[in-house]
Amino acid sequence: MARITAGVASSHVPLLGVASDFNKDRDDYFGPIFAGYDWTREWEKAEKPDVVILVYNDHASAFDMKIIPTFAIGCGERYKSADEGWGPRAVPDVEGHPDLAWHIAQSLVLDEFDMTIINEMDVDHGLTVPLSMMFGKPDAWPCKVVPLAVNVVTYPPPSGNRCWALGEAVRKAVESFPEDLNVQIWGTGGMSHQLQGPRAGLINKEWDNRFLDGLVGDSDHLRRIPHIEYLRETGSEGIEMVMWLVMRGALGKNTRALHRHYHVPCSNTAIGHMVLRPDNGEGLDMTGSDTGSAIAAE
Amino acid sequence: MITEDPKHQDIHEYLAEMEDIPGTRVFTAKRARQGYHMNQFAMSLMKDENRAKFKADERAYMDEWPLTEDQKDALIARDYNRCLDMGGNVYFLAKLFSTDGIPFAEAVSTMTDMKFPEYREMMMKGGRSPEGVRSIKANEAAAAAKKEDR
Repeated sequence: MARITAGVASSHVPLLGVASDFNKDRDDYFGPIFAGYDWTREWEKAEKPDVVILVYNDHASAFDMKIIPTFAIGCGERYKSADEGWGPRAVPDVEGHPDLAWHIAQSLVLDEFDMTIINEMDVDHGLTVPLSMMFGKPDAWPCKVVPLAVNVVTYPPPSGNRCWALGEAVRKAVESFPEDLNVQIWGTGGMSHQLQGPRAGLINKEWDNRFLDGLVGDSDHLRRIPHIEYLRETGSEGIEMVMWLVMRGALGKNTRALHRHYHVPCSNTAIGHMVLRPDNGEGLDMTGSDTGSAIAAE
Repeated sequence: MITEDPKHQDIHEYLAEMEDIPGTRVFTAKRARQGYHMNQFAMSLMKDENRAKFKADERAYMDEWPLTEDQKDALIARDYNRCLDMGGNVYFLAKLFSTDGIPFAEAVSTMTDMKFPEYREMMMKGGRSPEGVRSIKANEAAAAAKKEDR
């Protein structure tokens, strides 16, 4: 049986892709950001996930204003890096897992989540930057990816509660897939940032860190945060954090933090990153990574 | 809970709250409809050949789109706050940032009252504080209370 063995949260600022692609990732500006991912890169090498369900949002790349799916799942064989206006990133193609993706899609629809199915699309920085942060610069990505796109651009996006519930349904779907697969789920975007208007540049360290705290343990209070709170407290683009709740919802009642990183700024944005282990008696510490891990909060 | 007000859990209160944030234009359906063609125009700049045509003659290129004259003027002036007011969305307008070859953060800074170096400096120091920019209504109430005190 397939199972979700870990959850990863990460910002997906496009500038991080630029830094990685042009070898600026250890300079004075980007060094402290990338250093916070070193632990995770080593950990991923040991964990060797077969598939990552990657929750992200498209930034007017694959989807324009013609069609706006609230939740969409990629069931294709492979995805190319999108040209976001300066040429596509020189990163490997993203290989899909159509068997698992279609299984999840069908299960979700029967579980009353009315998913949009994507067979062909290009994927933008929302999806490829987290891959670079977690895996560096390999010739091919070390795992397959099931893209799960959430609308957080046109209002209203789905509620945090709905995102969390979708995560719960994804977990059920994964666990009913017969093949033995090591599946991770990643929630991306955030943390506080506002990219528009006179209030641009807003950052709220205290709120962000409370949100990180809230992902750990058995509380589900984060699912009840209304959109307006994200907007007021973390900037208009901070709303992306509802995507982290899909990830959190998929980890079951209780979680343990294996790693945590927070840094301001990256361009206009606060970088947040966390690695979580579902902690409901599953015994998923396959690699012994959970003991003695450094929990470094800034 | 879809809004802050437990007594008004409906779309009207939801949309009213979206308009209560200082210096922010939330991309609601109303704005999405108003800016539909502006955003689709910006989207067209993802293609190299369209970028070349646009750069050769911005107005002629935009005349092929059903944009209002105000929208065209705001786009030519790169007045992004006015673009937002007329339904532009920053992820779509970003196609114009990259056509111009300017960093995202620099384009964003033009919407604030700061020059880019000053904006960068603010970000390096931890960004803009949410203090005093959470709610238009709360700010008005605070200002009124202050007036009464005098």
